[in-house]
Amino acid sequence: MQSASIDIAERAIGIIDQLKGKEGPLLPILHELQAEFGYVPRETLPIIASALNISRAEVHGVFTFYHDYRDHPAGRHVLKLCRAESCQSMGGDALADRARELLGIDWHGTTPDGAVTLEPVYCLGLCACSPSAMLDGEVIGRLDAERLEEIATEVRL
Amino acid sequence: MSLIHEIDYGTPASRSEKLVTLTIDGNEVTVPEGTSIMRAAMEAGIEVPKLCATDMVDAFGSCRLCLVEIEGRGGTPASCTTPAMPGLVVHTQTSRLKDIRKGVMELYISDHPLDCLTCAANGDCQLQDMAGAVGLRDVRYGYEGENHVFARAGTVANDQWLPKDESNPYFTYDPSKCIVCSLCVRACEEVQGTFALTIQGRGFDSRVAAGPHDSFVESECVSCGACVQACPTATLTEKSVIEIGQPEHSMVTTCAYCGVGCSFKAEMRGEELVRMVPWKDGKANRGHSCVKGRFAYGYATHKDRILNPMIREKISDPWREVSWDEAYKHVASEFRRIQYQYGRNSVGGITSSRCTNEETYLVQKLVRAGLGNNNVDTCARVCHSPTGYGLKQTFGTSAGTQDFDSVEHTDVVMIIGANPTDGHPVFASRLKKRLRKGAKLIIVDPRRIDLVRSPHIEAAYHLPLRPGTNVAVVTSLAHVIITEGLFDERFIRERCDWDEFQDWAAFVSSPEHSPEATQQISGVDPQMLRQAARLFATGGNGSIYYGLGVTEHSQGSTTVMAIANLAMATGNIGRQGVGVNPLRGQNNVQGSCDMGSFPHELPGYRHISDESTRDIFDKLWGVKLQDEPGLRIPNMLDAAVDGSFKGLYVQGEDILQSDPDTKHVAAGLAAMECVVVHDLFLNETANYAHVFLPGSTFLEKDGTFTNAERRINRVRKVMSPLNGYADWEVTQNLAKAMGLDWNYTHPSQIMDEVALTTPSFAGVSYELLEREGSVQWPCNEKAPLGTPIMHIDGFARGKGKFIRTEYVATDERTGPRFPLLLTTGRILSQYNVGAQTRRTDNVVWHEEDRLEIHPHDAEQRGLRDGDWVKVASRSGETTLRALITDRVSPGVVYTTFHHPSTQANVITTDFSDWATNCPEYKVTAVQVAVSNGPSDWQVKYDEQARQSRRIAATLDAAE
Repeated sequence: MQSASIDIAERAIGIIDQLKGKEGPLLPILHELQAEFGYVPRETLPIIASALNISRAEVHGVFTFYHDYRDHPAGRHVLKLCRAESCQSMGGDALADRARELLGIDWHGTTPDGAVTLEPVYCLGLCACSPSAMLDGEVIGRLDAERLEEIATEVRL
Repeated sequence: MSLIHEIDYGTPASRSEKLVTLTIDGNEVTVPEGTSIMRAAMEAGIEVPKLCATDMVDAFGSCRLCLVEIEGRGGTPASCTTPAMPGLVVHTQTSRLKDIRKGVMELYISDHPLDCLTCAANGDCQLQDMAGAVGLRDVRYGYEGENHVFARAGTVANDQWLPKDESNPYFTYDPSKCIVCSLCVRACEEVQGTFALTIQGRGFDSRVAAGPHDSFVESECVSCGACVQACPTATLTEKSVIEIGQPEHSMVTTCAYCGVGCSFKAEMRGEELVRMVPWKDGKANRGHSCVKGRFAYGYATHKDRILNPMIREKISDPWREVSWDEAYKHVASEFRRIQYQYGRNSVGGITSSRCTNEETYLVQKLVRAGLGNNNVDTCARVCHSPTGYGLKQTFGTSAGTQDFDSVEHTDVVMIIGANPTDGHPVFASRLKKRLRKGAKLIIVDPRRIDLVRSPHIEAAYHLPLRPGTNVAVVTSLAHVIITEGLFDERFIRERCDWDEFQDWAAFVSSPEHSPEATQQISGVDPQMLRQAARLFATGGNGSIYYGLGVTEHSQGSTTVMAIANLAMATGNIGRQGVGVNPLRGQNNVQGSCDMGSFPHELPGYRHISDESTRDIFDKLWGVKLQDEPGLRIPNMLDAAVDGSFKGLYVQGEDILQSDPDTKHVAAGLAAMECVVVHDLFLNETANYAHVFLPGSTFLEKDGTFTNAERRINRVRKVMSPLNGYADWEVTQNLAKAMGLDWNYTHPSQIMDEVALTTPSFAGVSYELLEREGSVQWPCNEKAPLGTPIMHIDGFARGKGKFIRTEYVATDERTGPRFPLLLTTGRILSQYNVGAQTRRTDNVVWHEEDRLEIHPHDAEQRGLRDGDWVKVASRSGETTLRALITDRVSPGVVYTTFHHPSTQANVITTDFSDWATNCPEYKVTAVQVAVSNGPSDWQVKYDEQARQSRRIAATLDAAE
């Protein structure tokens, strides 16, 4: 356990050192840590604070402001369904219910097999193709029940 | 009497000299350019409703209550973020604005408890006031929706609800009452500069947090109280207000902790102190405070306070309570007996740097006029006496040259041997504010103090010198400035003695003072030292702030002169943003020195050998003063051990704990026949006392304190003395018992006597202080309102004097037996010997003194963090627990001296400053080893202290 956290700290320091010279380095660092670990380990926050010479509280404030940053690992796939106005008016509510039913999880949940995490998102900027979704960073337009079922099957393969 | 109401202008004042005129609600208002519309309105007496604005922090524009309409502009801009422009026509109350404000308030209140009647902020709540101001009558949305208010919704737990955080001993955080205005977060950032608070989450999830999973007490919070002061609701509330209720009257007074001298409103309910709130018109603190002044006043009513005079024949006897009269008569007859038996010079007195100017003046008057000798000294002997000497020699005045506001105009700050964030926290906050705006920082300190690097602050250069080598380093800085031609020739030719400058310049230019050469002595990287010197000489307004790390050395006075040389050579004297600024330790240490507490000086730093000065006092007091200086504290103790000094009156100072070489102090006290301690508590010195006179706190008397910037601030009595008498009354009664005809009925009369006899105080009176709030001496015909900045057109002594500063190593050296150097300091939450702060909840932050040691030195000795260690020097040994940290360099260890059980001064030596005898606390050669418990000395000492604090049962107590 202890060696695992030392390993996290060392990898985090490597990433922070690489990025801390940038202008406004905090968000890029958080992004990179999440890319590295799949989430931002809590123990890296004080390390970031010290490296950037800002307070722990400030890092915490920024980290918690953005829903995209996680404090624990997600499933192997992340499915985001848009819950904003345009998608809601194009049948998003029904798709959202269906998705939760298909995967057997609620918002922010991960299936017990660790395959997929389901998250709401408020606008992907794809209103013209509502309802929309995003799977592992790829946007999907004109989502319907059929495509949703395909996705639910795909992610569990 | 009523509560002092301070106007909140909503946004900070603009410094612009250009004025703009606009019309607000039909009134023409002229304000400096850059002033917000909100502030301009308030200046015209028009209060715009607001919830997220205060003049202590910059505008934020989040509450949406301060909206206004401007003719010719669309929308409803926030008045706090919209600057006043020429010709604007602004309306603060229109039917459109009223509707918007009512709607906004409705939303706020829909997620806020309706428990006003039982709320601690009832009567002092801005949310309540604004609901009233906008005429809120009902909330259409109800209270059942999503909220942060209720722990449960029916049977289901409410995830949004959080319990109170009561971890801080002085205030609570109740998230259910928070309106997320961010005032606390901004106060922590902008006013205090700690950045301990944040808004966690976003949208409806937003809430104030002290960092990730941190409770307030575990977080980065330093408990300065700025957030509590800024909070417009009961979310952050003093526990004392929760317990007692709202105050009904207040008085402005001055903090009795450090030399910053913050002004506070003591908010009272009857004679009960409800809270201390920093006063915005206080010129030292400008509305800010630290944990000590704001919260740590509980000692004033602590059960340990001794309220009745006590006497005993021998120090091994238990104390016996007596009447005041009996105590005075006993002291008078004992002192007379001793003087008859051992001679006039066998008694003396010590004035207190914690008491008022007036009280200090009386004690030295008692010694000089009553005892007929000059055996009077004060604790400045052990802290800033070298400052007095060094600055008098070079500039002609024994005091700092600036006011604290000056820091707002500085460009390069050099801090030498001071730790402002811990020792002078409010000054540190003001400094950090300036640093965040771009001023550069150079730190000369053996230890990596917080200012070297902490959120948003980073020193350009930190010169981690070996303790005891200040003179070598400061002289090297001068070497670089002279040899690289960076000095200010015009300034030197105009203001200083050019011949003396040339002599000095030749001296510092010699190769042995080059950074490369002094590296051998100081361990400072020469390249870094050169760069620091260049920055200081060329970076604009350069100011030097220093502390006891400069003075408490065998060459303390030399370093002070070296600092003065540096300031003169770079032309950094006589205007805003520059200067030489000693950070004085105690609330009135400047004042106690001013008032003639030294054995060689009468009030106003006039030498006792000066006949014309003596003549003034001879005539007024009807005595013939001795023309020879009396004994200093260490001389008194030496003389006591030798048998020629037998009686001492000590007011408000614990020399046994605070003075060096505890064993010698104890031996001196034990050899005396009448030691009179006048204090709040049975302090360590009282273990050796024969008479105890109960003292009064700063809350219980009128008077004045003089802070580090020479500012004379009023101290006002807000409650009756628990012991019955203010300290000045006790001294006066003692003087009467000795046959002196003193009849002061108010401290103002004592100040009048000071003004009458002392040219630099000639213009000072209580009437003037009442009118002006405070003044900085010199205050006389030439400067009727005082002198914020000194030496503006020339030095007080005429020409500035450059003095050679030869480095002479201290005799205290490391060797095989004592290979480490111990240096001492303080911590934020504790103050000096801790007699006050240890009797408050501040102990949650610092319950014991720890020995800081570098990991390398710790490993060599097999020490782990938290181990008990023995620290031994040539003088003695003590034990305490280790704290392993790289804040100290290898070879250096560090501790604080706030707890008597540690007895750090058992190990310090009797080496002292060559000019003033200021002890060399900051350098002691020691060895550190694992230990399994307290040293023999500590065990014996504890037993002796316990025995000597016994008080014989009185008849009252038996009933």
